[in-house]
Amino acid sequence: MSLRELKVCLLGDTGVGKSSIVCRFVEDNFDPNINPTIGASFMTKTVQYQNEHHKFLIWDTAGQERFRALAPMYYRGSAAAIIVYDITKEESFLTLKNWVKELHQHGPPNIVVAIAGNKCDLTDSREVPEKDAKDYADSIHAIFVETSAKNAININEIFTEISQKIPLLVTSDSGLKGLKLRRDQSDLTRERACC
Amino acid sequence: METTDSPITSLTPSDQNVLSENDIDSISELEDLLPPSKMESSNESKAIDTSSDNLNPKDVHVESQQDDAVVFDGSEKLVNASKDNGPEDTGEIVVTMLGRGKLDEQGVCANRIPSPLSETSLEASSHWDEDVTAESWRQHRKHVFVLSEAGKPIYSRYGSEEALSSTMGVMMALVSFIQSGDNVIRSVYSDEHTVVFMQQGPLVLVSVSSTHQSEQQLRNELIYVYNQIVCMLTQASITRIFEHKKNYDLRRLLTGSEKILDGLLNLVDFDPSFFLSAVHCLPVASSFRDSLSQILQKAITPNLVFSILVAKNQLLTIAQEKMVIEDAKLDPADLHLLINLIGASSAFQAGEIWTPICLPSFNPDCYFYAYISYLDPPECTVCLLLLSTDNEAFYAVAECKRKIEEAMLAQNALTYIAKAQSYSVSQVGVSDLRHFMYKPFDVPDNHHQLTQFTSPEMEAPYDSDEEKMRLLDLYRDMHGRIHNTSRPLKLIYHVAARETLLAWVTSKFELYTCFSPLVTKSCAINAITKLLRWVKKEEDRLFIRYPPKYSTTSNASKS
Repeated sequence: MSLRELKVCLLGDTGVGKSSIVCRFVEDNFDPNINPTIGASFMTKTVQYQNEHHKFLIWDTAGQERFRALAPMYYRGSAAAIIVYDITKEESFLTLKNWVKELHQHGPPNIVVAIAGNKCDLTDSREVPEKDAKDYADSIHAIFVETSAKNAININEIFTEISQKIPLLVTSDSGLKGLKLRRDQSDLTRERACC
Repeated sequence: METTDSPITSLTPSDQNVLSENDIDSISELEDLLPPSKMESSNESKAIDTSSDNLNPKDVHVESQQDDAVVFDGSEKLVNASKDNGPEDTGEIVVTMLGRGKLDEQGVCANRIPSPLSETSLEASSHWDEDVTAESWRQHRKHVFVLSEAGKPIYSRYGSEEALSSTMGVMMALVSFIQSGDNVIRSVYSDEHTVVFMQQGPLVLVSVSSTHQSEQQLRNELIYVYNQIVCMLTQASITRIFEHKKNYDLRRLLTGSEKILDGLLNLVDFDPSFFLSAVHCLPVASSFRDSLSQILQKAITPNLVFSILVAKNQLLTIAQEKMVIEDAKLDPADLHLLINLIGASSAFQAGEIWTPICLPSFNPDCYFYAYISYLDPPECTVCLLLLSTDNEAFYAVAECKRKIEEAMLAQNALTYIAKAQSYSVSQVGVSDLRHFMYKPFDVPDNHHQLTQFTSPEMEAPYDSDEEKMRLLDLYRDMHGRIHNTSRPLKLIYHVAARETLLAWVTSKFELYTCFSPLVTKSCAINAITKLLRWVKKEEDRLFIRYPPKYSTTSNASKS
């Protein structure tokens, strides 16, 4: 069975539950008192999809404003981005729209975008109607699910949907190697200048 | 912070009234916290008396407490002795028996309000919902506030910044009032509190403390707080932000980082490394430390600058790029900030972290990119930090970690580290010696060396948080006297009710010892000779003697 490496990054406002989603997906755990991510956290998980193994290389980025400028470092070269908002915070949905814009402008051209409305267990304090989010997601051809990292709702599903939507490999895979070369050559010089 | 030598502003009572008329509510709030009885605005320690009568009762109070012990002050003698006569002057020991009630007073102080103590160590996370009008809020041993020049709150150790905005406004008013007279406010003293002000670029930091620490010590702690903020944002970006927008709310950039500052202030209280400005190494056999160093030296990639192994909040080993340390070395203060950062947030326990980090003493305006990962999940006691100057180096640096992990596994190093621990003072084999802190200056290659210190575990009677803090307060007081800028001391022999302490500084070391209360002076001096011999014998185990270096072959880019 072949192994494919898929780089996925999580973006979104601070406190919407990006790390909780990753934690639920990778370790099947939930910590209500999780600390805010610092910089970005890298984790991997391999799942079987049809006759392939998909190894997700997950970049869980920090949502705080001070790390905002670093995001390109993490979404560059990503096969997919999961943009997370909190269904109980209207503002986080607005931030999400900015992320979508940024990805369209600066992200990889064929990046698969998935939108996750997290904390769907807190229906009583909902501020973002599911239909609005769904309509928006459809308008940008993004995957859309409402998730709950706490109750493990739709967490694995969102990654499965990403697996489905990733275009099939045309040539034989050499995943990580290809990724590395690109980074070493093209981007390094450009980055130096701004540093 | 520059000191101004201009004449002291006289703050007459009428001036104060003008101030309070504008902001009468908040002034009263601040006054509750700190009854201002004297103000210092120069390092000459001349006080500005708002009402000189206020001062007298306190001074008299101190005098009256001297009756239970003899005070050999001998200040001229001490000043002379401080002009570094080398270790030979040990024969002529100038003994200062400080029977002043002050130290014991502190003990009483700590007993009187034990609640804030336990709170600081355990409940830091919930500090922001504390009621700032409550008596318990006022009772905290040490408050720290950070505000912007526009008076906008940035951080408070206890209570939410919003609730304290008027208090911070008054603090800023005080700062700018003194500033308008071409002067700088440095500190305000009252019977119970010392308030220290420090301006760092566009930020103002204020410490309100009832710990009887010296102004210099409190100032150093504020520098740690400032540097921890710089560590996250860099000085250049803080300056840029406030140049662009004077009333910017810096909390926007610090959200989620409050815990790191809370953690820092708790460490500052409980960890002597901060006031000693030295690094605490985990004692391990030197052959083992060397093998760890070699592992780090072999796992390198271009642009890697520092490889650091930390276990149980103590340094195991650190390897550094040759090129970089030629003109700058890693300061203990920077290492403290790093260790606090990884300890303060459980965020580092999940996966591999890649984050920009600034080392303020190394270069306050630039970021390093730090790879941080624990080597022993889920226990998370052994942490690897790899610092690179290349923000794209994650995968290359992660590969280094893979190599380090493999090599350590092959040597079964993690099991060995798990067994390593700080030692007991009984191993020294000196009866009556309860605890000590030893900071050598005679390490080889001293210039490029990290300042280190060694210290045994705090054992009974210093095993509770209250007692630990009491001993640390005694040490801090000794340290403050030794390093007093106007009258530094070389040796202090202090007999207190519950212990006897001896602090001694030579050109080769700085030593603080704590004995049982009934020890005699000659006994203590004998004990110290034995202790020094023991440290000498064990130094390969206690300290990193020759910090390893490596060269990352390709032209390491320095930023």
